[in-house]
Amino acid sequence: MAVTRRQRAYWRKNLALTTGLLAVWFIVTFVVSFFARELSFSFFGWPFSFWMGAQGALLVYGAIIWFYARTMDKLDARYELQENDD
Amino acid sequence: MPGRPATIDPSTDAAGVQAAFKRDVDRVFWWYVAGFLVFVVVLALLEQAGLPRRWIGSIFLLATIGLYATIGVLSRTHDAVEYYVAGRRVPAIYNGMATGADWMSAASFIGLGGTLYIAGYGGLAFIMGWTGGYCLVALFLAPYLRRFGQFTVPDFLGERYGGNLPRFLGIVAAILCSFTYVVAQISGVGLITSHLTGVQFELGIFLGLGGILVCSFLGGMRAVTWTQVAQYVILIVAYLVPVVWLSVKQTGIPVPQLIYGYQLEKVTAIERKLQADAGERAVRDVFQQRSRELSSKLEDPATALAAERVAAKVRLDRLRHVQGSGSAADVAAAEKALAALPVDAETARETWAAAKERADLKSLPLNGMVPHAQTFTGDPTGNVGAQDAYNIARRNFLALTFCLMVGTAALPHILMRYYTVPSVRQARASVSWSLLFIFLLYFTAPALAVLVKFEIFTLVVGTPFDQLPRWISSWSKVDPSLLSVTDVNQDGILQLNEMNISGDIVVLAMPEIGGMPYVISALVAAGGLAAALSTADGLLLTVANALSHDLYYKMIDPNASTARRVALSKMLLLVVALAASYVASQRPADILFLVSAAFSFAAAAFFPALTLGIFWGRATGVAASLGMVAGLGTTAHYMVMTQPWLRGIFGITSPVRLWWDIQPISAGLFGVPVGFAVIVLVSLLTPRPGPRIARLVEAIRYPNPRDG
Repeated sequence: MAVTRRQRAYWRKNLALTTGLLAVWFIVTFVVSFFARELSFSFFGWPFSFWMGAQGALLVYGAIIWFYARTMDKLDARYELQENDD
Repeated sequence: MPGRPATIDPSTDAAGVQAAFKRDVDRVFWWYVAGFLVFVVVLALLEQAGLPRRWIGSIFLLATIGLYATIGVLSRTHDAVEYYVAGRRVPAIYNGMATGADWMSAASFIGLGGTLYIAGYGGLAFIMGWTGGYCLVALFLAPYLRRFGQFTVPDFLGERYGGNLPRFLGIVAAILCSFTYVVAQISGVGLITSHLTGVQFELGIFLGLGGILVCSFLGGMRAVTWTQVAQYVILIVAYLVPVVWLSVKQTGIPVPQLIYGYQLEKVTAIERKLQADAGERAVRDVFQQRSRELSSKLEDPATALAAERVAAKVRLDRLRHVQGSGSAADVAAAEKALAALPVDAETARETWAAAKERADLKSLPLNGMVPHAQTFTGDPTGNVGAQDAYNIARRNFLALTFCLMVGTAALPHILMRYYTVPSVRQARASVSWSLLFIFLLYFTAPALAVLVKFEIFTLVVGTPFDQLPRWISSWSKVDPSLLSVTDVNQDGILQLNEMNISGDIVVLAMPEIGGMPYVISALVAAGGLAAALSTADGLLLTVANALSHDLYYKMIDPNASTARRVALSKMLLLVVALAASYVASQRPADILFLVSAAFSFAAAAFFPALTLGIFWGRATGVAASLGMVAGLGTTAHYMVMTQPWLRGIFGITSPVRLWWDIQPISAGLFGVPVGFAVIVLVSLLTPRPGPRIARLVEAIRYPNPRDG
């Protein structure tokens, strides 16, 4: 079974989304932690980098996973619709 | 809980059945939550009415274990799909809760708060690592594994890479990580049961083990899933209640997660005061003096030991023979001191070196703790030593975060959970739910650490020794290595550096530290037990399934009947559980290390092979096998060469050579890239996988209209 054009498009979109979200994950985790000392301005009482490690990063992780699930659900639905048209 | 199948007209379609099933489960779930809260309130009232503490602890223990056993009996099953993947119809939200309980082990519940209390910012590597890993699960693994739709992780390796070798390596790695992890959980169970009811540690282990076995033994994944949902409720209530209580007590606001920033500012101000405090400095001087004495002794241990022995004998003789110079107690003390001297120069050197290390730590400000809000030790603008310390601390923080994240995304007992949901869509949604339920605890742990620190800094430090709160004496009676206080500078006032507190008791003792009623202490202990039992359940099931399904059914006897496989799995579960309990009752030296080793092993063995298997059709079976071996080998080699406990076991005596100053806890940092590199290189050198594999890769990548 050869890979159809539509399948290729689906997979390309999936990879683009995955790469983009992975970049966000990397920045929030490693870049922010790397510059933790420089980023310790006060943020509602917390030093900013402390808050990021304890809460901010977690919120972003949640957003990443939620966004991925939502976008992929939509992508799947559209793909299946097109597939059933055949 | 809903062990019984949903009672629905069979003519309705699958989605309708699933929806009705979820409604049934919802109803049972809310009745259960209400029942649990009523149970806690009734016990609180009974405490006020004068029920003794020992009774409250035992009632909590028996009621919760009884509950888990009941769920296990109600969900008993022989059906393979029910037994291995809970019938593949667990709604995403409940799978999320079960994953949360599966995930949050004794280390998260008991250990994390204490680690954060001691390490401050440095402990946040655990918070980020154990949550951020779910991004990798969601993006790289969960949906694809569900679409693949078999039973276990070695299943995937076996099908994708073809042949028995990758599957076999998967089995070995799954057993290696799960077994090391389960030993730590069972020790936690023993610790809590013995603390809660006063029974012996070993007996505690077997009590808890009974609770674990009844559940997973009878009902497999189905029973484990619904028990874990019940355990999640208990553990999260138990974690939140005391922290909210402490927050109200200190600030008047019941949302600790939002306001502990201001408590952190106060803690930082107190830390500054303590560093300059005259009493604290006096204590530190005493320890510095001790450290100097020890280093001079260490220059020539043999001579120093001989001199000490002579001095101790002279003192004893004088006490014995000169009238009126000492009481019987003094003589006994002097005899004890003589007997306690190291037997030979080599032992003396070891004892004194360890003592010097302790004294050096206690000569540092704040009892050797880095100021809570400070990011990393050292100073990037200071002298060369301070710059080095800063860079090494930062590098290790990042390395640990990386290993915990990749390990999270590769632990087989977590990945297995995504086979239990009804569809790929639900697999994605279920990761979101898992994370939400896990967040509740991980958002709270740093708040807990700050609030407890504030409590100790303001109510304990600076208090005269004869007015210390009661929990200090009661916990140091349990075990002085967990908590001890000594008036080192003899001023009658407790300084911070005069107190030794083990991270392991911070969470368990928190209700007493905050002056809460005993029922909360029992609740916290029951929560810790739920956390340890739920993780142990999932892990034991993983090991037993790896042996019965992957090894026996797929490799040894493919014609085995379903009933035979399930029976075999149950038997193996029993054997594995007993073996793990036996190892736990031997109290292996370093439990925290075992847990982190499991993460590094899982990361190095599974992550490269799984992700490349999904995302790179060119990856070949030979390459995957070699990559797993190389990744695991590199990780194990680094740990054995650098970790003190393992060095002892394997008799390594060469000097410790750290690579880029990375601590052994993060050994996976080297294993993961090696695994990736080997798989990529060897794949390019070996022939492209056949058309069957290509079809499989396509099938897991693209949605199939039938599985929506």
